[in-house]
Amino acid sequence: MLISYREAIRHALAEELQRDPNVMVMGEEVAQFHGAYKVTEGLLEKFGPKRIVDTPISEAGFVGLGIGASMLGIRPVIELMFWSFYSVSFDQILNNAANIRYMSGGLIHCPIVIRGPANGGTNVGATHSHTPENICASHPGVKVVCPATAYDAKGLLKSAIRDNDPVFFMENTILYGDKGEVPEEEYLIPLGLADIKRQGTDLTIVAHGRAVINSLAAAQLLEQEHDISVEVVDLRSIRPLDEETVLASVRKTHRVLLVEESKPFCGVGAQLAYLIQDRAFDDLDAPIKRVSSIDAPAIYSPPMEAEQLPDPQRILRAAIEVLR
Amino acid sequence: MAEKKDHDGGKAASFGRAPVNAALSADAKIGLFHTMVRIRRFEERSLRAYQAKKIGGFLHLYTGQEAVAVGCCSLMRKDDHIITAYRDHGHAIAVGMDVKPLMAELYGKATGCSKGKGGSMHFFDPSRNFWGGHGIVGGQVPLGAGIAYALKYKGISGACLAFMGDGAVNQGVVHETYNLAALWQLPVVFVIENNGYSMGTSQARSSSGELAKRAEGYGMDWGVCSGHDLYEVRASMEKFLTLARDRSKPSIVEIATYRYRGHSVADPDNTYRSKAEIEEYRRTKDPIQVFQNALIAEGVLDEARASKIDADVRAETEAAAEFAEASPFPTVADITKDVYWEEDNPDQKKSQGRIFFD
Repeated sequence: MLISYREAIRHALAEELQRDPNVMVMGEEVAQFHGAYKVTEGLLEKFGPKRIVDTPISEAGFVGLGIGASMLGIRPVIELMFWSFYSVSFDQILNNAANIRYMSGGLIHCPIVIRGPANGGTNVGATHSHTPENICASHPGVKVVCPATAYDAKGLLKSAIRDNDPVFFMENTILYGDKGEVPEEEYLIPLGLADIKRQGTDLTIVAHGRAVINSLAAAQLLEQEHDISVEVVDLRSIRPLDEETVLASVRKTHRVLLVEESKPFCGVGAQLAYLIQDRAFDDLDAPIKRVSSIDAPAIYSPPMEAEQLPDPQRILRAAIEVLR
Repeated sequence: MAEKKDHDGGKAASFGRAPVNAALSADAKIGLFHTMVRIRRFEERSLRAYQAKKIGGFLHLYTGQEAVAVGCCSLMRKDDHIITAYRDHGHAIAVGMDVKPLMAELYGKATGCSKGKGGSMHFFDPSRNFWGGHGIVGGQVPLGAGIAYALKYKGISGACLAFMGDGAVNQGVVHETYNLAALWQLPVVFVIENNGYSMGTSQARSSSGELAKRAEGYGMDWGVCSGHDLYEVRASMEKFLTLARDRSKPSIVEIATYRYRGHSVADPDNTYRSKAEIEEYRRTKDPIQVFQNALIAEGVLDEARASKIDADVRAETEAAAEFAEASPFPTVADITKDVYWEEDNPDQKKSQGRIFFD
C-alpha cells in the first residue's frame, strides 16, 4: 500500500501498541491535539488516555520519567516535538538513559524510544533545526536511527520499540508527507542494516535521512546529464552502523561522496571517512569528499536556508569533483 | 493538609509510641539499630581506605544521616521502590545490600555491586527495588517519578521514595517532576534530606523559602521532620507513604539531618561551618546514640549488646575491605560489557552492524 512517511510511523506505533500493553506514547500534544505534526493522529481514540499521554512542556521531566518507567518494564515511546528540544533534556537522555545500564554493571536496562523530527529546511531558525544524530551517536549506550522513507520508518520504528536499549529515532518534517510503498503484512527492519537505495558503478554516495532523498535526486541528474552511475547507500541507522555495506560499495566504485544534513565538524561523515581510509584505503581512486550543511547556525532567511542545506545541485557538483 | 512539626526533642518518646513504631518487635528494633551502626562503620572504614588511596574519585559519606535512610527504608514493602542521589551508601545498606560488594565497588573491583563500573555514587540493586545511586544533582528525581508512574500504569499498589539533597531543590528538573507527579497523581514521596549544606553553600545562601512547602505550589501534601530520631522519621514518613500507596498521592517531605564529614572527602570542611557546630550535633543529636538511648530506656538493648553489635559490624566492614582488597579489577575486555542489553544477550540479538567503534 502507498502511505506517507507520517502514516508509516503512525502504523508502526499502532501495531506495537496493539501488540504489547506495556508500550505507551507520551509527549507534547500527542493525544488530544493529534500530534504537532499529526503523526499520532487517531491513536488516542483507538488506545485511550492511559496509552497515549499528553504532557506539559517539560522535556527533561517527562523524558526522565519515561526512563524511570522503562526501568520497571514500561516501553515508553516519547515524542519530542522537535529533536532540537533534546538540549533541555540532555542530562536525562545522555547521562541517565545512556549510562544507567553501565553504571549499574548491567543490572538495569532502559527500553525507551525517543522520537521526533530532526531537520532543518523549514525556516524555523537555529533553535528548532538541530540534527543531533552525531552528538547522540557519540554516546555509547544509545542507538540512533534516521529513516529516509516510509518503508524504512515503519520497519525501523517497530524494531526500535522492541529493542531493550534506548533508541533515538530521528524523523524529518519535510518527509512526513512523502509517500512510499509499504507491505500490507507485518515486517521489521533490523537496526544497523544499511540499504542500497540505488545501484551504481562510478561513485558511492553514503547518506542518511533526507540527505538520501537529495542524493537520489542528484544521482538521477548525474546519470541523465553526465552519464555517471551513482550508487546511493542509505545508512538508515547511525549506531549501530552497517560498515560492511559501505565498504562493499566503496570497493565496487572506488570513489566516495558523503552527504549529510548535519554540520561538518565531527559529523557522521567524519566517522565514515575514517572508516573508509582505514579499511579500504587501497580501493580508493580519489580523496573522499563530503557535503553537509554550511557551517553556521541554521539561518532563517528561506532562500538562504535552502542554500545552507545540502541540495541535489550541491551534491551533484561535489560528485563531479570526486570524479574529476 | 500541610503539616509542620516542631523539632522538640521531647517528643521522641511519643514518636516511639506511634503505631508504626509500637508495632516493631524488639528484634526488629535491634535490627534497625544494627543497620545504622553498619552504615556508620562502613563509612568510617571506606574513609580509611580512601586515605590509604585504595579508592579513587569522589566519596560522599553518610555519617550523621543514618536514621534517615534506615527509617525510610524500614517502611518499604514488597512493591515500594527507592532512588537516591550520590550520597547513596546509607540507602544501599538500609535496603539490605551486603557490604562486601559495596566496598568492592568503591575499590573499583569486578566483584563490586556495579562490577566496578559505577563507583561510590552509583550503587544499584534492582532486586531490592533500589534504583541507585545517581551522580547529577536532581537528575534522579524524574526517574523516581517514572518508577511511580510504572507502578500506577501496572496497577501495583506501591510507592517510590525519591530522595534528593537540599541542594537539589533548585534544579529545574526537580520542579518539572513535582508538577508531573502532582498532575498525574503519582505514588511518589519526594524526600529532601536536608543536611544544611549544598556542598559548601548553606541553605540560607542557596534556597528561598521553606523547601518542602514548595509542594503547595503544586497542590501536593508536604511535611517536615527531624532526621536524628529514627522513630520520628518512621512515624512521619508512614503517613506519606500510605498516601502514595493507598491513594496515589504524591508528597514532599523534608527531613532535617546533618553530615559529620565534608560534602565529599575532597572537601576540607574548614570554610563554611564551625567544628563546634558539628560537635554540638554529635553531642546532642547523633542518630545512633539517640536510638541506642531510646532502646536502652525501653529495655530492648543494653550497653553490652550494643558493644557486641558494634564489634560485629567492625569485623564485618573489615572483612568487606579484605574482600575488596583481594578481589580482581575488571579487565579491559569488561570495559565494553554492560553497555548495551543486546550485546550482553547475543542469543536474543536482532540488530546488525557495528555498535562499538575504535
